[in-house]
Amino acid sequence: MSDRALRIILPVAVLLVAVLSWKLVVWIFEIPPYVLPGPDLVTQTLIADSSLLWNSLLVTLLTTFEGFLLAAVGGIGLALLFNQSRLIEYSFYPYAVILQVTPIVAIAPLLLIYLPQSLAVLVCAWIVAFFPVLANTTLGLSSVDHNLLSLFDLYKASRWQVLWNLKLPAALPQMLAGLRIAGGLSLIGAVVAEIAAGSAGAGSGLAYRIAESGYRLNIPRMFAALILLSLAGVAIFFVLSGLSQLLLRRWHESAINREN
Amino acid sequence: MPLPPSPTTEPPTGRTIVALRDVGKSFERGIIALDTMNLEIHDGEFVSLLGPSGCGKSTALRIIAGLSTVSRGVVEWPNGAAKIGFVFQDPTLMPWANIAANVQLPLKLASIDETESRTAVRRSLDRVGLADFADAYPRELSGGMKMRASIARALVTEPQLLLMDEPFAALDEITRFKLNNDLLAVWGALRRTVVFVTHSVFESVYLSQRIVVMTARPGRVFAEIAIDAPYPRDERFRTSAEYGGFCRQAAETLGMAMAQRGAP
Repeated sequence: MSDRALRIILPVAVLLVAVLSWKLVVWIFEIPPYVLPGPDLVTQTLIADSSLLWNSLLVTLLTTFEGFLLAAVGGIGLALLFNQSRLIEYSFYPYAVILQVTPIVAIAPLLLIYLPQSLAVLVCAWIVAFFPVLANTTLGLSSVDHNLLSLFDLYKASRWQVLWNLKLPAALPQMLAGLRIAGGLSLIGAVVAEIAAGSAGAGSGLAYRIAESGYRLNIPRMFAALILLSLAGVAIFFVLSGLSQLLLRRWHESAINREN
Repeated sequence: MPLPPSPTTEPPTGRTIVALRDVGKSFERGIIALDTMNLEIHDGEFVSLLGPSGCGKSTALRIIAGLSTVSRGVVEWPNGAAKIGFVFQDPTLMPWANIAANVQLPLKLASIDETESRTAVRRSLDRVGLADFADAYPRELSGGMKMRASIARALVTEPQLLLMDEPFAALDEITRFKLNNDLLAVWGALRRTVVFVTHSVFESVYLSQRIVVMTARPGRVFAEIAIDAPYPRDERFRTSAEYGGFCRQAAETLGMAMAQRGAP
């Protein structure tokens, strides 16, 4: 069987086995749905509550997307700034690290005090997501082949030419790796902030639905929302991996299959 | 200094294109790479710098290219600074750009217009036998072909002075011989000045009109050997007694240069 087919068939088989055992466990031990709903009930809920969950999903995805976009712009922009001026890098890099290592769950309640809720959620998504972009892009920009730098010096390239023709393309693989991590993280940031915010209303996201369903012991809906969140995360990962593959397919080892 | 410099034949035109005068170079941590190095490069000649690794020959080359500064002494350009092409030990190609774009880089950095530079790129690729690989990416080429691309890039600006830093050291012998021949053909056609750094006695004798033998730590010129054999040189020259004699002379001189500083 081809490698490609195995890559699809095996995980699908694992999923089927897992769902089946879940169903069996619920059935054999007669677990009540407010403790653990079976997969069939979760699916029913997913369909029954689809309009509510769909709207919440859109809210969360929009926050995630905005957070990701800001993280990409901020992370790459800051990395470029750091790369151009050592003084700026020395001054601000430690604080970027501090922002990153402080758990977002601890920052979220504070942000909710000072900022309107939607903005606070966005800032949370940004804080978690921008650092991998910054760190990876910085690494990429500074690991340019020294001989290529010499070559650009030899031909008296301007700063701008070095940046545009050499450093940015050289840093692209690392930059894309950073963005791939940032996509998943900004979803996490958005979820954490929504749960910390915990306020109801029409404009509330998927994470809030989970918290709310928990208070109401609506366990099937919790599962349904959780599944949607995971699917959203998987979709983000695939989109960003595809982008990376597309941009690197001709030249970078990471995007090329090994020939045997 | 027991060994007198061997008599040198007059170089083709004799005009000095660049000269190092009492050049010294020390790095941080106190390493002295070059110590009172004197060297004259004449217009149109093919010179090799031959020496053990660590003798500062690459440093001398980088100083001529302006990629490294001198600690002492001066670099003189009697007729004004020459246009330089540089070939590194590694092909040093941009992996994200195809061969044509890599070769075009120096022209792009000089803001030469697209039509003009495309012609120059084609001519340069033709010269090294890579015309059919313009659209290939570096990773798709063999080591020898990557080095050809690197040479094409150095030639694309039509430099007066071509500096080559052990360009063929990482290649297998068959490829290296082939590239030696092709380099001589290019040099024969263009008659630009070439300064070729190598640690191979055989390569330096085969290619050059003049070999500058250097000592290590600190690096300085030990002796010069004129290779008084006519061009074009080919496989017949490579197997001739004359070639063997020059090689022995160069190897002995190199041996003395190394003995002077004790074991390497």
